[in-house]
Amino acid sequence: MNKKIRILIGKPGLDGHDRGAKVIAAALRDAGFEVIYTGLHQLSESIVEAAIQEDVDIIGLSILSGAHMTIFPKILELLKQKNAEHIIVIGGGIIPEEDIKKLLKMGVKRIFTPGAPTNDIVDYIKSIIR
Amino acid sequence: MELLQRFLKGDKPAIARVITKIENGTDPKLLEEIFPHTGNAYFIGITGPPGAGKSSLVNAIVPKLLENNKKVGIIAVDPTSPFSGGALLGDRIRMNDLALNENVFIRSMATRGSLGGLASKTKDIALVLDAAGFDYVLIETVGVGQIELDIAQVCDTTVVVLVPESGDAIQAMKAGILEVADILVVNKGDRSGADRLILEMKFAFELRDEKINWQIPILKTVAIENQGIEKLASTVKFHKEYLERSGEIEIERKNKLVLRVNELIEEKIKTHLHNYIIDQKQLKKMIDKAYERKITPHYITDEIVKKMFLKKEV
Repeated sequence: MNKKIRILIGKPGLDGHDRGAKVIAAALRDAGFEVIYTGLHQLSESIVEAAIQEDVDIIGLSILSGAHMTIFPKILELLKQKNAEHIIVIGGGIIPEEDIKKLLKMGVKRIFTPGAPTNDIVDYIKSIIR
Repeated sequence: MELLQRFLKGDKPAIARVITKIENGTDPKLLEEIFPHTGNAYFIGITGPPGAGKSSLVNAIVPKLLENNKKVGIIAVDPTSPFSGGALLGDRIRMNDLALNENVFIRSMATRGSLGGLASKTKDIALVLDAAGFDYVLIETVGVGQIELDIAQVCDTTVVVLVPESGDAIQAMKAGILEVADILVVNKGDRSGADRLILEMKFAFELRDEKINWQIPILKTVAIENQGIEKLASTVKFHKEYLERSGEIEIERKNKLVLRVNELIEEKIKTHLHNYIIDQKQLKKMIDKAYERKITPHYITDEIVKKMFLKKEV
């Protein structure tokens, strides 16, 4: 069997800092995942639609703009509307501790903050998908 | 509702799931079930070297194909790393204009394993989109090697994309891509060298052995500026009409089925060969002998093949 972990890495909103997202995308590729990278300035709607069409297991959002409290709930809501709640949402970026707590409560599975080793992210994803 | 029913209604999550199942080979019955619903879509292949602008060209041409309420499915293939088995699928970056269109479905595919994996699965997934009711199915290939020729075997119209930087016409003739082209596009046509390449390609085509009546058009585009796209779309449609009018489409599609069957036979034999038929222990012994120059690789091959055909089950 050829089951591969498929993950969409998205950069929603107006923030143009994609270095982190690219580092993560490359690390996940090197870990043997199929990584769909959608590029900068994505609408939440486009990300969710892409995730559905690509039938990914997981969405990873990189947000450094401070808009995380708007974008994460929107993505979760859209997934719900489209009957795609089985897709796990994780994230990374500059996100304060107290916001992380709120986001986890809303249904974001995990938030990684700057300095998180890529190995940890890979291991985490493997642990929840397998 | 059953997955298949939702699929046939054009439900996107269902289409996505069927593709995954076919790609992973987890449900062998599925292809049989959808196959009777195929045969209606028109397959267009977009191929050419990396960086030629294939994704940008797809992004530009699809809106033209969507006219008259048509639906377009896109398969964008990117390479799997032979080292990690992972893949970075980035064709969507350049297809953002299409992402939210109701009548468009985009699926990125990694080439995965080697044993005929890419070509084979891509062809099956093209059938999935056909069955799902898309009028046009666009297949955008990786851009390197033999696989291109393989993909051309399923497409009714194959568009080969070159750029001025691709080198001269001799490079293109070496690569063997001219044989598969129904339409040739020189993209990034605003760069220096574009007109020279077009002229060279015209000469190159004159040298071709003309066995068919279709004169291969050579078009100039600047995909990101939307230049030449109208002409490209109408040329694709013209090729479609040509195939239909001349009756070539039926002959071609039957030929393609023959090629497909041959390919599947090869694949099946390869898999069996590797999984069951070759006795690995014995092979190792023979390899040791070949290493000592006592027997040739050809001898080993003959021994294995002889044994293979004595076996009852293949």
